[in-house]
Amino acid sequence: MDKRVVFDENRCKGCELCVPVCPVDIIFIADRINKLGYHPATVTEQDKCISCMMCAKICPDLVIEVFKPEKKVAG
Amino acid sequence: MKQIFAKPQSMTDKVSHYCPGCTHGIAHRLVGETIDELGIADRTIGVASVGCSVLAYEYFDVDFQQASHGRAPAVATGIKRVHPESIVFTYQGDGDLASIGTAEAIHAAMRGENITIIFINNAIYGMTGGQMAPTTLLGQQTTTTPEGRRFEEMGAPIRMAEMLATLDGAAYVARFSLHDIPNITKAKRAIKKSFQYQLEGKGFTIVELLSTCPTNWGMSPNESLEWVQTDMMKVYPLGEFKTPEEGEKK
Repeated sequence: MDKRVVFDENRCKGCELCVPVCPVDIIFIADRINKLGYHPATVTEQDKCISCMMCAKICPDLVIEVFKPEKKVAG
Repeated sequence: MKQIFAKPQSMTDKVSHYCPGCTHGIAHRLVGETIDELGIADRTIGVASVGCSVLAYEYFDVDFQQASHGRAPAVATGIKRVHPESIVFTYQGDGDLASIGTAEAIHAAMRGENITIIFINNAIYGMTGGQMAPTTLLGQQTTTTPEGRRFEEMGAPIRMAEMLATLDGAAYVARFSLHDIPNITKAKRAIKKSFQYQLEGKGFTIVELLSTCPTNWGMSPNESLEWVQTDMMKVYPLGEFKTPEEGEKK
């Protein structure tokens, strides 16, 4: 399945603002360390994402891009 | 899959120097989205302040000038008068706008200069290491008020939005907050309105944004957002204080 939410992890400063705003609670802080030296926020359960954009709207560092499935054309 | 959220085109790819969790980044994005939505990137000129936002020109892909401390509204006045077709905004913190630059802000509003000010109020001097600002709350601990700000000694916080709303030259004066999604949405609407009023030539517009400084407040980024709601908003009520349609709201 295509990703609904993409984190550009090397921009992330691990501030955790996105973690509590996620209504389906799938964002967590990874154990790995990114280029900037922070533990980046990430998502693995893409199938649970509802493309609500909450995380992207609170993110101060333009880390997050959000995608939504195209509507299927009838017929 | 269709992309529904992306970095504004009027912003550069550069990673900001702001501390983790600082809401400057949110304010930057809202300004960037506004510039994109109004399609004015090619004629927008920003004026950066002195303070944490001194490097704002690195993050916006529009023309930018960096002003001396507090003088951004004066520089913006000059730019707008020489290039009246341009859209001119300043991006200033509270140490810049409410302290050394109070006179410039008030007089730009008095003259009704057709510019927009984005005013970031985080109740502290961020860049210089967390000293008391004019906007610091009573009782708030800073490096220069280790026992908390006391009214008898240091006075009380200055409310720039309310003060500027009393001036006839000011067209749009509002204060919003960046501490949660609904308030970020309202802040975005206010920023867009302020740019639109400038496009319509209505005069001086300012949007004050309650922001955080996790580093100098000594809190986690999420605790800082909470503190905006529990403490700052009591001193700095949100809303529109003046609009071109309704005038000053009392």
